[in-house]
Amino acid sequence: MRFSIYRYDPDKDQKPYMQDYDIVLEPTDKMLLDALIRIKVFDDSLSLRRSCREGVCGSDGMNINGRNGLACITPVAGLKEPVELRPLPGLPVIRDLIVDMTQFFKQYHSIKPYLINNDPPPETERLQSPEERAELDGVYECVLCACCSTACPSFWWNPDKFVGPAALLQAYRFLADSRDQATAERLDNLEDPYRLFRCHSIMNCVDTCPKGLNPTKAINKIKGMMVKRTV
Amino acid sequence: MVKRIVTGAHYGLLDWLAQRVTAVVMVIYILLLVVVLLIFPPNDYAAWKTIFGNQWTRITSFLFFVSLCWHAWIGIRNILMDYIHETGIRLTIQVLVILSLLFYTVWAIDIMWS
Repeated sequence: MRFSIYRYDPDKDQKPYMQDYDIVLEPTDKMLLDALIRIKVFDDSLSLRRSCREGVCGSDGMNINGRNGLACITPVAGLKEPVELRPLPGLPVIRDLIVDMTQFFKQYHSIKPYLINNDPPPETERLQSPEERAELDGVYECVLCACCSTACPSFWWNPDKFVGPAALLQAYRFLADSRDQATAERLDNLEDPYRLFRCHSIMNCVDTCPKGLNPTKAINKIKGMMVKRTV
Repeated sequence: MVKRIVTGAHYGLLDWLAQRVTAVVMVIYILLLVVVLLIFPPNDYAAWKTIFGNQWTRITSFLFFVSLCWHAWIGIRNILMDYIHETGIRLTIQVLVILSLLFYTVWAIDIMWS
């Protein structure tokens, strides 16, 4: 199978280049990550992040034939050859397929991604009704792989100011949580022409999400909450 | 120089909402105009003049025009915020856009009520 992979080692290379690989896959190499690990048998200088290899850790997000996705849950079978692999767009490249996620996580931290509840902790758990719990379906599953944010032009142009689809989905995850008490502060934090309103609903995030989530819908729900408290 | 990120202008919702409301106003106007033109198909200058001589046509057209300018202002500012990162240049272009939109609005009034 033929691959064309983005290579860049800032210590050695003047600029990035594409390297071609022609390798024979074993029958067990079902997913793209398996193929990449096979390539590393022949060329161990190729660098990439991976950990759980089953789409839960979100480490191996990359641009696969022009679309962001997780290598470990992308079957090699349907891929057009040569398979063109590039690092996630819009973030600084550390080496080969590894990008610097600092900016992405800065935005994630800026939305306070934890439950804020000032009541004394109860004896057991903070309970939710099944309906309240159902509000979190489709928003809590995000693995923070950055596929969506790095597919978003608004995040490319303003990664320092626009929160980005991934962190906005998480912002909504806590806005939607019946146990959270910081709704007003969270909305205040997002009510900004850059932080939230750079989103123009072009839905690249929905198109690319490897977990099948819908950040645009969550963002529109945040806007809806703002309309509700303002109008 | 340390690049300090400044966000937190605490506006944006009104613009976002206004862009949607003005869009709806424009759609309604366009539909109404199409209906009027279908019922009274104007085939000469006099017929056009009669339609736009009507006070209601003028008022709704003016509303349409205000919506158009407001909508355009929000959209163009969004584009400027994305692509023009130098504050001084951005402000200058924004002022020019506002002035031209105001000029167009006055011009539209002049055309319809003269």
